[in-house]
Amino acid sequence: MLNIPIKDQFRESRLFNARLTVVGAIVLALILALFLRLAYLQIFAYRHFETLSQANRVKPIPIQPPRGLILDRHGVVLAQNYPVYTLEIIPEQVDDMNSLLEELKQVVNLNEADLKNFHKQLRERPRFENLLLRSHLTEEEAARLAVRRTYFSGVELEARLQRHYPLAGLGVHFLGYVARINEQELERIDKATYRGMQHIGKLGVEVSYEKTLLGQVGFEKVETNAHGRSLRILERIAPVAGKNLHLSIDAKLQALAEQALGKRRGAVIALEPATGAILAFVSTPTYDPNPFVNGIDPDSYQALLDDPDKPLINRALNGQYALGSTIKAFLGLAALELENFDAGKPIACPGWFTLPGSSHQFRDWKKSGHGTMNLHDAVVQSCDVYFYRLAVAMEVDAMKKFLASFGFGGKTGVDLLSESEGLLPSVAWKEARGQKWYPGETVITGIGQGSILVTPLQLAAAMSALANQGVRMKPQLVRAIVDAKTRAARETVPEAYAQIPLKDKQHLDIQIQNLTDVVHTNKGTAYGIGYNSPYKIAGKTGTAQVKGIAQGQSYSEKHTPERFRDHALFVSFAPVGDPKVAVAVVVENGGHGSSAAAPIARKVMDHVILGKTSATPGAAAPASENDE
Amino acid sequence: MDLQRLHLDKTLLNALLALAAISLFVVYSGSAKDVSATLGHLMRLLLGFTILLVVAQIRPEILERWSPYVFIAGMLLLIAVLAVGVTGKGAQRWLHLGFLRFQPAEIMKLAVPMMLSWFLARGNLPPTLPKLALAFLMMAIPAFMIVKQPDLGTALLVFGAGVFVLFLGGMRWRVMVTLLVIVAVAAPFAWNHLHDYQRSRVLTLFNPEADPLGTGYHTIQSMIAVGSGGIYGKGWLNSSQAHLDYLPESSTDFIFAVYAEEFGLLGSLLLLAIYTIVVGRGMLIAYLAKDTYTRLLAGSLSLTFFLYFFVNMGMVTGILPIVGIPLPVMSYGGSSIVTIMAAFGILMSIQTHRKIAE
Repeated sequence: MLNIPIKDQFRESRLFNARLTVVGAIVLALILALFLRLAYLQIFAYRHFETLSQANRVKPIPIQPPRGLILDRHGVVLAQNYPVYTLEIIPEQVDDMNSLLEELKQVVNLNEADLKNFHKQLRERPRFENLLLRSHLTEEEAARLAVRRTYFSGVELEARLQRHYPLAGLGVHFLGYVARINEQELERIDKATYRGMQHIGKLGVEVSYEKTLLGQVGFEKVETNAHGRSLRILERIAPVAGKNLHLSIDAKLQALAEQALGKRRGAVIALEPATGAILAFVSTPTYDPNPFVNGIDPDSYQALLDDPDKPLINRALNGQYALGSTIKAFLGLAALELENFDAGKPIACPGWFTLPGSSHQFRDWKKSGHGTMNLHDAVVQSCDVYFYRLAVAMEVDAMKKFLASFGFGGKTGVDLLSESEGLLPSVAWKEARGQKWYPGETVITGIGQGSILVTPLQLAAAMSALANQGVRMKPQLVRAIVDAKTRAARETVPEAYAQIPLKDKQHLDIQIQNLTDVVHTNKGTAYGIGYNSPYKIAGKTGTAQVKGIAQGQSYSEKHTPERFRDHALFVSFAPVGDPKVAVAVVVENGGHGSSAAAPIARKVMDHVILGKTSATPGAAAPASENDE
Repeated sequence: MDLQRLHLDKTLLNALLALAAISLFVVYSGSAKDVSATLGHLMRLLLGFTILLVVAQIRPEILERWSPYVFIAGMLLLIAVLAVGVTGKGAQRWLHLGFLRFQPAEIMKLAVPMMLSWFLARGNLPPTLPKLALAFLMMAIPAFMIVKQPDLGTALLVFGAGVFVLFLGGMRWRVMVTLLVIVAVAAPFAWNHLHDYQRSRVLTLFNPEADPLGTGYHTIQSMIAVGSGGIYGKGWLNSSQAHLDYLPESSTDFIFAVYAEEFGLLGSLLLLAIYTIVVGRGMLIAYLAKDTYTRLLAGSLSLTFFLYFFVNMGMVTGILPIVGIPLPVMSYGGSSIVTIMAAFGILMSIQTHRKIAE
């Protein structure tokens, strides 16, 4: 060619071949390295990568099981589920929350409460969770959102089963509600059981039967791509629906009792004495549980908390009241049983009682006194002096023991959580608090005043025990647990506690007769509901003092502010001889048990026994001589 | 058919045809059963083999004479691409020539070894120091321009091709050691000139788990694909990693991951064997070549081909950083197939014309 110098071809080719050999060796070494790497990945690390590959590919997506329905004894639905479209946000997938919310406002209607609620969740909940922004999207909103969804990151349109309480506030205190799982619950619950679930029972039956209602989460094993988009379903394990609860509650009766209480604060419990089945479980005022399901807005919640009537309190289960004269329904039996007290011997009632060596007067509600009293008259007319004497003879510890056999001072065992126990005072109880028991306390315990406290539920259960020949039954809300699919029902078996020990069964009949005469004789304190009753009622009125009355003063309903007025109580069962229902009524600050509480009980009993709603009894009733 | 008369080398041709056949199946799978992509790949392969056939007819003497002009033309196109190039995937690599998009950097994969072989053949081997310095500039300048596009992978191949020529040309060991020292010193400086994504890719190599959803993601997903293939593989079309979009670039740069997942270690070994045969055959052609230019060029092209698949498989198996280097012949698309086939055309020309000359 052009100006190539003479070349030593041999030397050059030898040099080249030497270099080629070196590179060849390096190439072989590197190919070997590649081979070893492949062998490592595909043989030795195979298990590891195979697992990772599976994890990549298959994502288990939980399917929420439908929560069990809650029905009343006639099949009226108290709690159900219905599908709603919800707009949910996963905060960790959102770059700019404010601008996202602005954009979403163009698509769906978002009001202040929605945003406030959302921001609250945003502060409190983990960032990887779906947070509810709006529920109950209209079809149109859902469609608009579905179309635009791909433009938004971290926005989910879900069709969720939403818990709904169609009768709103009716029976909210036993029914309770579900709401979003909170932080504490999140730590307590089994994560696997609640996979994909956002709600949990908070109160009432919803929480006590949580496991039954919950059902089992199903799974879809979904093949996903790296963007988390589902490609196809590989396997589906269907969820198992929660079991339905059939309650012994009669929704009509419940409504009737709630209406009878009206705007007053109070509680009504109606039980079937033979089984303990709860027919009505009322605490007023009620409130609508539906807003709680997806998180009640803070203002509405504050309003409920600030309400002076305290609607959130479950008065039937946790309200603790002095028994007042209703205690006589039980202590009257004790009088018959007692060795050192002659129930047949008449006692003079001058209108007051003093302990030996003391000038302190324990007054009778009837200033002038009842005159000469035997047990029958003392119960019928509710003579306090008679029971003062009985209490002194019996002593407080024996009273405690006797009353405890009726279930006072302890849980009734109802199928609801966080039941209150009430309080039966005793010498030991007082001393445990570093205080001395005074004889005067024994005296007032005899008429159900002082430290003694009971819940309306205890009162009804104790009255049922009287009605049920001294056998106290465990109160039960749930009558049967029914499998939604197979319809297989598991009936609740009534549970009895130990028979109340009695020396003579006849004592029970005598006392029941006394209580019947409270309602059906014109001297009885509850004659107002008994004079026109087609069936026999055994009952006892009571009035529990809210405010102490100083010595020498008298109580005047007119001159006492409403909140300091006495609580009105009434316990009863009917029909006597074949008791179908026992009722306890407490009307807070209602005044007299006879006028405020007894008519409500009558309405309830009429509904159960006569199957109809009677005209307001007692309204036009002849006044009883004794209106305690 | 008399392959010799067509200036085709039987061993190389069979190996390349085997690769091409396999690649059609893998591209079909890697592109999620995209028939048009697979047909596109077939068309490119046909184009590639046509170019191979054409280039194989060109006598080595003519190639040698054209070398400087090809190099100069390539340099001009590189400058053009930096000035008016079309931006594709965030990188400026392409020139639109009306009917086709064209990647001038590809030309340099051939032009640089041709130029250097020509340059070194203009005198005695081993080259003198000033000559080496000039030769170094001839490869470093285009490589730097390609890095700037930015296309680290191609730059690496272009630079590698040049280094192979110099090494095979007998560059003295002490010069090489000196250069290595210079590179070591210059590395921090070069580091500053890398784009962020190039830096993070290098860093990721050392610890892919550190950022599993960021830069390490591709490496981890690719290793999962290869590793989960096991010995026998999941079977054709069963690469879950690719079909579920976990693997990036599953029909191009990461096609080997799809292949290894579907055909396992046995398949990988087969592929590795074919590639080894191709490189070995190329080096044998270099060994048998009769003059300095063809020797250097054949050696450099074979070793560049090795570098090509080694870097690709290395990055797929997680032992090398992710640089955008496709698996030669197997990967879908790009102008690389044309360049590679042209290179094999040159190798075949060198082999067959020597025999005819004899």
